[in-house]
Order: sequence, then C-alpha cells, then structure tokens
Amino acid sequence: MKPTLSIVVCNSPPASPPAEAQPEQVEMPFAMVNGEPYSQLPHDLYIPPQALEVFLEAFEGPLDLLLYLIRRRNLDILDIPLAEITRQYMQYIELMQGLQLELAGEYLVMAATLAEIKSRMLLPRPALPGTDGDEDPRAELVRRLQEYERFKRAAEEINELPRLERDVWPTYAELKERQVVRALPQVTLQEMLIAFKEVVARSQMFAHHHIERERLSVGERMSDILAALGTAGFVPFMQLFRPEEGRMGVTVTFVAILELMREGLIDIVQAEAYAPLHVRAAPAGRTLHVVADNTPTVPPTA
Amino acid sequence: MNETHLRNLIEAALLAAGAPVPLSELSRLFDEGQAPASQELRAALERLALEYAGRGIELKETASGFRVQVRGALASEISRLWPERPPRFSRALLETLALIAYRQPITRAEIEAVRGVAVNPNIVKTLLERNWVLVVGQRDVPGHPELLGTTREFLDYFGLKTLDELPPLAHLTAMADVNLQLDLGEDAHAKSGEAADGGMAPFADEDSAEDEEHPESSATASELVASGPRLDS
Repeated sequence: MKPTLSIVVCNSPPASPPAEAQPEQVEMPFAMVNGEPYSQLPHDLYIPPQALEVFLEAFEGPLDLLLYLIRRRNLDILDIPLAEITRQYMQYIELMQGLQLELAGEYLVMAATLAEIKSRMLLPRPALPGTDGDEDPRAELVRRLQEYERFKRAAEEINELPRLERDVWPTYAELKERQVVRALPQVTLQEMLIAFKEVVARSQMFAHHHIERERLSVGERMSDILAALGTAGFVPFMQLFRPEEGRMGVTVTFVAILELMREGLIDIVQAEAYAPLHVRAAPAGRTLHVVADNTPTVPPTA
Repeated sequence: MNETHLRNLIEAALLAAGAPVPLSELSRLFDEGQAPASQELRAALERLALEYAGRGIELKETASGFRVQVRGALASEISRLWPERPPRFSRALLETLALIAYRQPITRAEIEAVRGVAVNPNIVKTLLERNWVLVVGQRDVPGHPELLGTTREFLDYFGLKTLDELPPLAHLTAMADVNLQLDLGEDAHAKSGEAADGGMAPFADEDSAEDEEHPESSATASELVASGPRLDS
C-alpha cells in the first residue's frame, strides 16, 4: 500500500513545531502514515514540490523566508553566512519556479539582491575618500531583516493581547423599562440671537415688493436746469426749486445743481455776503462732456 | 451622594450601555448640578473594580472608556457558549496592523517597504471595515498617498487604553556592533567557501549548476527530510 500523507495548512512556518499539546486537550492526528497517526509535524518536514503552494502561503514574503532560513540554523542575523543562505534560498526559488509565478516576482528580486551582495563581498573594497570606510555589503539587507523581524514579533505580540471575541466579552444587562428622559438643553444668548435672526430672515420671505420706476432722475433734472438757464442768463437760485415736489424733489434738484457745478456747466454767483445766489450757464468752451445720456448738449451762452 | 447608590448606578450604566462608557458620559447620568466630581467617579469605579476581584467579570478601562467584561481567565470555557470559532487574523493582516499601529501615520508603500511584499488590498479593506484603521490624511508628496492610522475601536478591541500600552518594539542592534568580516584571512576563507559551494552560479547554465548543486541539495534534502519514512518510498 502506498503511504498517504495529507498536508494541513498551517499559518506558522513548518519549521517551528506546533505549540505543545495541552494535556487536557486530545489532538486530532492530522496525518496517517502507514496506518500510524501523526499528531505533530516532524521537525523540518520535507515538503514535496507539489505542496509548495501550501508551503509558500506560510511565508509572508522573501524577508520572512530568509528569516526562517537564518533562524532555523540559529544563525546570527548580524553575521549571516551569505553563501550558505543564498544557496538555500535559491533551492527554494528553484522549487518554486513554474508553480507560483505570481509570487515569484518579489522572491526573485530578493534572489538577485542576495547574488549582488555576495558578489560585492567577494570583491576588494577600496576605501573611498569621503565615505566612512567600508560598509558591509550585507548591512542594508540586515537592516531590512531586522526591521521586518521587529514587526513580525510585534504582530505576534498583538495577536497575544487579550482581545474581544476571543478572550474577553463585553457584558450586557437588560433594561426593563426604558423611559425617554430628555435633558433640557442649555441655551446661550448667542444661540437665541442666531435663532431670532433666522426667524427674521424667514419673515422677510413674505414681504411684498412694489417695484416702480424712479420718478426723479438727477440726470433729467440737470437737463431741465440747463434748459431753464440757457436763455435766461442769471436766474435766482431759489427759482430753480419746485417746493411742490416735496423734500425728495428739492433734494434731487440740489444734487443736480451740485453735479452741474462739478462738471463746470454752471456758475453760481453771489453779489455780497447773505445776498441771494444767482445761477447762470457757464460760458461756452468750458464744456467738458455730456453729463448724462439724456442731457442735451449745453446750449451756447447768449 | 450615597456611596452604594453611586456604585450601583455606575455598575448598571456600564452594563446597560454594552460598550465602553467614558467618564463624561457617566457624569451625564446625574441631575443637573448633582454630578459628582470626576475624581469621585473614578474612586467609585476603582471600588467597583475591587469588588469584582475574584469574580467572573472585571472592570476594564480602554480607549473609549470603562467596560465590564468577562474575565480573560474564563475565556476557554465561556467561548463554548458559541458554536463558531472566534475570528482568526492572518499573519499578513496582523503584520500590516502592527506597522500601522507602531508607525502611524504610514502609507501603503512604507508598509510594503518593511514587509517586502505588496499590501493586499483585502487586508486594508478588512481593517477599514472593522474600523480599526482610518485614512487620517494624505502625504504631501506626488501622488498624495493615503496615510493610515489606528482608531479607538482598535484599542478597545485589544483592551488597550492608549497606543503606549502596545507591547514595546524590539530594539535594533546596529551592524557596527558586530565584528565585520573585513580582514583578508576571513575574506579568503569566505571566497574559497563560496567557490566550493558553487554559490556563484545560481544563474549559470543549468547543466553546470545541476552538477555543482547536486551534492549539497542532497545534503540539504536529508536535513529537511522528515524523521518518519520517506515520502517517495
């Protein structure tokens, strides 16, 4: 009878023997070889190439595989025998080729790195001026391995922390009758003001609008004044105002006069202090430009 | 306030909430102006924790507050309450989580640099879905890679109050501390050793590689072979 062996997928590399069986727990044999139950992985079990897929799953990448190779021999990570490790690493890579192409990329980069470091180790290293002497070609690899190992350990330690769902569970007690108790909110004056502002803003949405044309236009009034002055020479200041138009009309007329003065289109004269003001159109030639579209050009002074 | 009443109130609140309750939440239980000072609350919580000593439950403070939980020592028995096994997390996930926890904020590329393999997007997705990890920002470099950090839920899940409570990282030993193999004698030795290994020829043509590799591969194979019967017999 051909012996059969079934490989069980395990998360830890096969080299590390499974945790000691706890006395109270009877372990299921994971394999039967020639009718004999095996409940523990033999140390450094030879993995047939067909099982490589399973085997590689156990490694978290080339750094992990390399660490495994180093730790298996109890080698010092700071003083790796590179030839030996590279040779072993290449054996795994060769086993892997053709089986795990999608994984091979990262593993091959590491193979190339190892070969490169090895060749640099063989070459004489002249001390270049400006560099701090010879750096061991392995230094970078050792740094990466150490760094990876730190976090590999940290991950294991995090896994050991007592955690929910596995080691501890939150407790819960039923509340028989649940009353809704609403605490009265603390309201500040500022919040009140903001709320009031919003109410006012909303009330303004309901305001009615009546849009009407501007009844009194400064430009139009300026034209009227110039027309009135055009022929009459000096006109008493007071005569330009029409009190029946009310305050608005008087103001518009006054602004129109000021505007005309600014434009240099009229002159205002006063014979003596407290005497009535008189207005006349400015002499021709002082016209600067048309005041407004609807303002006729200044008629020439008589 | 009556000490017993205070204790009962706190105990009941922690049990009713079913999730970690922060001190601020506890002080909201009281009528306005009646809430005890936070030292007083803390003292009451400590008394409660002492009362739980030697019981099946314990009071634990985690990142989000206080919770009453089943004592860890009873885990193996209590887990029989549920038929399904507790979730197990792959080494890849735990390593990724460890890097995020210790090195946060960290980009995916930085995780890849340490682990030497590409970050599995499913792992990051799982961590994000479990709300253990959060995109905390983007690094201001071309490509704007996302920066990952851990959450309170992560600390709560692992029973931690702060990140400082994570197990300390191992120290790095500098390579300068060891004797570098620089002197000629060792170099020569290494050279001859490597030449004998045929280690220089991993990429040489197959024939010669096979010839040279053969003796060692059998040697290594015998080291690797199980102590049990050969598989190919």
